[in-house]
Amino acid sequence: MLSLLKSKLNEFFELVAKETLVYLPVDNSSGQASYQKWKEGVVYSSALNTVRSAKDFFFPQMENLMDFKMQGKSVEVVDTRVEKEDFVIFGVRACDVASFSILDKVFLADPVDTYYQNRRDHAVIISMACSKPESTCFCPLYGIDATKPEGDLSAWETEDRIFFKANTQKGEVLLNNASRLLEESEGQIVEVQRETTKKILEELPFAHLDLSKFKGENLMELFNSPKWAELSQSCLGCGTCTFVCPTCQCFDIKDFDTGHGVKRFRCWDSCMYSEFTKMAAANPRLTQLERFRQRFMHKLVYFPDNNEGTYGCVGCGRCLIKCPVSMNIVKVIKQLGEE
Amino acid sequence: MQETMIERAKALMESKSVVRVVGWRIGEFGYDVTPSVFTTVDDLNGNFVYNDFCGSNLSKYLVRLSCEEGKVLVFLKPCDTYSFTQLLKEHRIHRDNVYAIGIPCNGKIDIEKVRQAGGEGITAIRSEGSTVIARTLYGEKKFDRKEVLSERCLNCKSKKHVTYDELLGEEGEVLDSHRFDMVEKLEAMSSNERFEFWRNELSRCIRCNACRNVCPACTCEKCIFDNDNSGVSNKAAADSFEENMFHIIRAFHVAGRCTDCGECSRVCPEHIPLHLLNRKFIKDINELYGEYQAGSDMETVSPLTSYTIEDDDPSIVNRRGGGHDA
Amino acid sequence: MQKESLIPSVGVVTDIRQETPDVKTFRVVGLDGKKLFEHKCGQCAMLSVPGVGEAMISITSSPTNEKFMEFSVKKCGCLTSWLHSMEVGQQILVRGPYGNSFPVDTTLKGQGLLFIAGGIGLAPLRSVINYVRDNRENYGDVQIVYGSRSKEDLVDYKEILDEWAADSTIKVNLTIDKAQDNWSGHVGFVPNYVKELQPALSKTVLICGPPIMIKFTLMGLKDLGFKETQVYTTMEMRMKCGIGKCGRCNIGNKYVCKDGPVFRFDELGELPSEY
Repeated sequence: MLSLLKSKLNEFFELVAKETLVYLPVDNSSGQASYQKWKEGVVYSSALNTVRSAKDFFFPQMENLMDFKMQGKSVEVVDTRVEKEDFVIFGVRACDVASFSILDKVFLADPVDTYYQNRRDHAVIISMACSKPESTCFCPLYGIDATKPEGDLSAWETEDRIFFKANTQKGEVLLNNASRLLEESEGQIVEVQRETTKKILEELPFAHLDLSKFKGENLMELFNSPKWAELSQSCLGCGTCTFVCPTCQCFDIKDFDTGHGVKRFRCWDSCMYSEFTKMAAANPRLTQLERFRQRFMHKLVYFPDNNEGTYGCVGCGRCLIKCPVSMNIVKVIKQLGEE
Repeated sequence: MQETMIERAKALMESKSVVRVVGWRIGEFGYDVTPSVFTTVDDLNGNFVYNDFCGSNLSKYLVRLSCEEGKVLVFLKPCDTYSFTQLLKEHRIHRDNVYAIGIPCNGKIDIEKVRQAGGEGITAIRSEGSTVIARTLYGEKKFDRKEVLSERCLNCKSKKHVTYDELLGEEGEVLDSHRFDMVEKLEAMSSNERFEFWRNELSRCIRCNACRNVCPACTCEKCIFDNDNSGVSNKAAADSFEENMFHIIRAFHVAGRCTDCGECSRVCPEHIPLHLLNRKFIKDINELYGEYQAGSDMETVSPLTSYTIEDDDPSIVNRRGGGHDA
Repeated sequence: MQKESLIPSVGVVTDIRQETPDVKTFRVVGLDGKKLFEHKCGQCAMLSVPGVGEAMISITSSPTNEKFMEFSVKKCGCLTSWLHSMEVGQQILVRGPYGNSFPVDTTLKGQGLLFIAGGIGLAPLRSVINYVRDNRENYGDVQIVYGSRSKEDLVDYKEILDEWAADSTIKVNLTIDKAQDNWSGHVGFVPNYVKELQPALSKTVLICGPPIMIKFTLMGLKDLGFKETQVYTTMEMRMKCGIGKCGRCNIGNKYVCKDGPVFRFDELGELPSEY
């Protein structure tokens, strides 16, 4: 297997950054990790995962869709789309990589969302295998192998090296470009790490939750369950879970008058917000119970029903860590999944 | 203390003095407690918990719960009683429908601090005296309790409960807290340094609204930020200055009513020290209008909703010929 | 660059008809004077005005109209108020067509049809009625039951009298909620009127109107013996993207903008009642 000495990691980034933009997880001033652009002096974070997920790269929090110019009664549409530059995302964990295929099912379904597609086509994903999962992780529940993440290049970090394996042509090209820094090494150490990590993954408290009840045919029974009242009670309706979640993709489209023209932009929205389904006539989801229920029914029942059983969750555990009142999808699965 | 609280709650429920109890429900790992309403004795027995992770301020839930039929029992830590008192003063809670029990607190632990101190893969956690012991996927780990206490608990302003119907444990005292130390540090910075500090902190804001939704002072039925007609309702920062405006506007809206409970910073997913903005306002109010802490008693009127001849006038009043120097 | 669904085309308003105090019908064509796009009966389009907003409005004209498209809009919010203040010649943004359509070329062919509408609910059904009129030999009896608050609130009133009622192969039954001086027709709510009329059970029903009208009319139809599989409706939900991506109109495993807005009532029965 090709490998890179960790002492040469900065040289590696510098080399790749000569051709394309490089993003990697970096510790920020709050002590947590977030994706930042590589530049001289930046250090690759040792955190398990970033606070915000990698969906930001393809589905940014705010994105300009088009501009309008008005004069008198006439309206002109200005297509502001530009071809994106190539960019490399380094250090994406298996859960976040898996979230990309879930987002693809929404944005690349007909009619294709060209904004998303453009970003997706220009990205090279270097994923990083996990060796020390958190107790809040539960990716094994969805068949995701944290020790063998997908992506254009898969990487494994050992004590003094990073091992690479190309999975796509883009990955091959990148490895070729960096070849002077890489060496052919014995890959056995990676297999040992994988075996050790797999044992830990087996022991994760939520790796074996029972999802069997979450099927389309049980839709009405789950929807009408009396357990939603208690589950949604403490929910603040803040939207933190939707914003840190790698698979949540609801958005709003708004216009912004700049003073010389109008920008139409898209921004993240949350089905947990009270105004989400408000219409001129009524609001079908008047209390937090309906909204709370919608989010989890969508992830666990509606989405898989429309997408060959793929759940709208990758087990990254961010909602477990970040919810201000410690409500999360695991508690929902446990309460509703039991007979 | 947990057992005493459960017994008391059960007694009140069984005697039909209260119909529901708002407290904390046990989670999976010991630190993930959820504020919850209990309506049966069995539920209390099986799931009620009061431990070093019960940081949430339960007073805000009373805004909704005190409107329901039947009395609600609530457990309040000293800092929570400030919010309770303030909400009562603002007529947001039906006092008759609430039975408040003051409970002691010697600080709550911030699980993020535990994680950053090396607590990875925690599956269970508890306090034993001055040590915190965590069972993890990677072996047992111990921490010094003082090192992992919440930021706000390190400058606790009072162990004395303000408003309550009953007290469990000893009555505490108001403390000399040094809670304005960091504010003073910021005030001593130059404008540029301070601007950089806040731009850096607030640049991480994702506009999740957790701070607003958890804040006991933010109880507007319809928030200005949810109202399309207000002009500030964009959900995501349409330009990066906007996220700063959200926090500044919110700080102004709660000025004089903020009880410094620290929930805003506790819930922020990006660990932005929002409480510093609110503490700055409290410090300013102390200096301009005399010492005042919202929620510290039921009688004192807030300086921002009252007027005396001696009040400082905003400089514009002086510039236009009015005020003291006229 | 590749075609993007979210980017609208510019249309121009060539005619404005005041139907009722709060409903106007707008005629829209492209800047080249031709129809902006082809559509099917029951489909909708996103109309918008820069800086004001976007809204999903059903296309009320029939696909057989080769010259222009029409939208009947009720004034009830920001965008609709702006549209109501427009003058002829105003350019607006249009994108579409979105949604599924009434199965006029399949299941409904050869059937006797009963249209039941209330208020602005006539707008989407009008596209079907005029399509049927233009392909008259493909369909059986046609009956239209339409009611509104008052005579002044009947949408498309002129067309109803001059063209539909004048057509000997179409039976038109109008009703208003409360009696008024210049009205000698039926007085009463639509659900009760339908029961009185005792329509033939062989008909397929297409219904659109306020949710409460639909609820009671459906109950009445079931009492008469109609099955849910022979009643169609078109639904309204808050929509933003119109292409099944933003999540707003998601009910159960359906997206109203993509899998609807036309639904048969047995299909709606399988969805959670969040509408």
